[in-house]
Amino acid sequence: MSASAANPPEQSTTDGAALLEVRNVAKRFGALDVLKNISLNIASGEFLTLLGESGSGKTTLLRLIAGFEQPSAGEIWMVGERLDILPPYKRRVNTVFQNYALFPHLSARDNVAFGLRVKNTPASEISGRVEEALGMVKMQGFAAARPCKLSGGQQQRIALARALVNRPQLLLLDEPLSALDANLRKQMQSELKSLQREIGITFLFVTHDQEEAMALSDRIALLRDGALEQVAPPREIYAHPATAYTAQFIGQTNLLRGEIRGSIATCGALRWPLEETDGPVIFSLRPEAIRICADGKRQTNEVKCRGSIRQQLYGGSSELLEVDCGSGQTLRVRIPACGPLTGEHEFIFSLADAVRVQE
Amino acid sequence: MYSRAYKSVASIPPLLWVGVFLLLPYALMFVNSVWAVREGLIVHQWNWDNYKTLFTNPLYAQVLFRTMRIAASVTLCSLLLGYPLAYYLAFHAGARKDLLYQLVIVPLWVSYLVRGYAWKTILGSDGVLNGFLQYFHLTHEPVGFFLYSPFAVVLMLTHIYTPFVFLPIYAALEHIPRQLVEASQDLGAGSFQTFWRVILPLSMPGLLAGATFAFVLSLGDFLAPLLVGGPSGTMIANVVQSLFGAAFDWPLGAAISVGILVITISLLFLSEILEKRWAFK
Repeated sequence: MSASAANPPEQSTTDGAALLEVRNVAKRFGALDVLKNISLNIASGEFLTLLGESGSGKTTLLRLIAGFEQPSAGEIWMVGERLDILPPYKRRVNTVFQNYALFPHLSARDNVAFGLRVKNTPASEISGRVEEALGMVKMQGFAAARPCKLSGGQQQRIALARALVNRPQLLLLDEPLSALDANLRKQMQSELKSLQREIGITFLFVTHDQEEAMALSDRIALLRDGALEQVAPPREIYAHPATAYTAQFIGQTNLLRGEIRGSIATCGALRWPLEETDGPVIFSLRPEAIRICADGKRQTNEVKCRGSIRQQLYGGSSELLEVDCGSGQTLRVRIPACGPLTGEHEFIFSLADAVRVQE
Repeated sequence: MYSRAYKSVASIPPLLWVGVFLLLPYALMFVNSVWAVREGLIVHQWNWDNYKTLFTNPLYAQVLFRTMRIAASVTLCSLLLGYPLAYYLAFHAGARKDLLYQLVIVPLWVSYLVRGYAWKTILGSDGVLNGFLQYFHLTHEPVGFFLYSPFAVVLMLTHIYTPFVFLPIYAALEHIPRQLVEASQDLGAGSFQTFWRVILPLSMPGLLAGATFAFVLSLGDFLAPLLVGGPSGTMIANVVQSLFGAAFDWPLGAAISVGILVITISLLFLSEILEKRWAFK
């Protein structure tokens, strides 16, 4: 558990005051602690992603904010108003559900108009706003169709329009892209991102896909077993993971376990000087931070080692190597595509790239 | 894939069943309806006089009209009882759901006749209900219209057919994804709006199926009017029964039966069409 969990770093929030404050929220289902003392602020206009494995509690947190579940402890506030005591229909929050949850008996247009109709919006205003919302998601041509006649991607767009037409202060998205195939998913990701920039609504996005989280978010809140592991912008969380779990979950990494003794860090076959107190230590070293040392030269702040290539996975623009450095130390190395490699090579990485992480 | 031979063999029993137990009796009934009665004997003489009687004698139209009114009342009453019950069980009963469901189903295992006699005991002049009212001095003498009246028939048929109305509605409500209810609340709809705009439309096929059950079954009922109806509660099926019995006018009885059959089949078609219009995936 990192120190930054409870207090997101100052520089990582986008401009604007906190729109939503989650204060020490816990949720128990019977004997099961699904969420443990979560505190999280979401800034106005921010795109924040709740990332975590299934069962980490991310969907539960979303449902607490939407109002479908009540917190067992703690409070949720939105712009000076206590949210967790309001029924879902009184919250200025809308949700895009994982399976879209479109009303099967209503046309796409009537689905989008639903939120306005139940609030007795004048009919003249409804038609304008519905067309506008359908336009935002490029679905004007399908307004009359029933949901069962629409593809998954089209249903997704209607679900988005149905939420956005209410002009919520906060939009909750519960794994909205998980049911789409890979290509459509990428396309929807970029559309979702530009849509969020255009309309400036705060997005709270739930996903288990770390690539999606990195591509879309202003900040990522990583959940692990119902607790916040780290909250930080994607670049920061990738470059400076606070814990071994974060480092492994976000992207690929080499976790180097070892110890420091007498200002020397030793991790298997790797050794380098480090001015720290003695004790066990873990470093995260990204595969792309390691390169093949062709000329054998080494700067003072670099570490060099010999290793034999055990496996090579070709990935188009890059190659992923599995390198055996001896002493049971295996390193994963990502280098630009270079053709088949065999035998022993010298590998080198900069000390700055070996990031010390907590257990 | 099944072979042609297998398919033909497998379709024999249902075809036989439909032929022997449905089409053949209907055909016999229709043939009977175009015969005549002369001097106490049925003569095989093709004529449409029975149908003429049906349309010209106001007695039959009157009974048929009363029958439809009773059937409509039963349908309405069992919907008013069955729908809220099904709604409660599907959405709010929680852990008690299974027990309550069984309690609704249990009366179906009790003989129709037993339930009929039970109502006689309850509604009669010296019955349970009148005894209760007099004991608390709410009435001073037995109330007569409880038993042997259209009211009694509606009451008894409602009691009997409410589970038939409950079941399809309950099934329809259970099949509504709970996420749709959440989506409705999320979009700002309170309980009433959610019911009116989401739950009721989506349970429409079940509601129609239940209403059709109640109406069609009530339309052809003759035991309830026989047991608790009295002269003012006579229904069309009682007329048919007496024509086939004491009155010995099988042809006229058959003609009325054909008439009821036409009404029933039209209703089933209508409800089928409406259910399809309201069916969503």
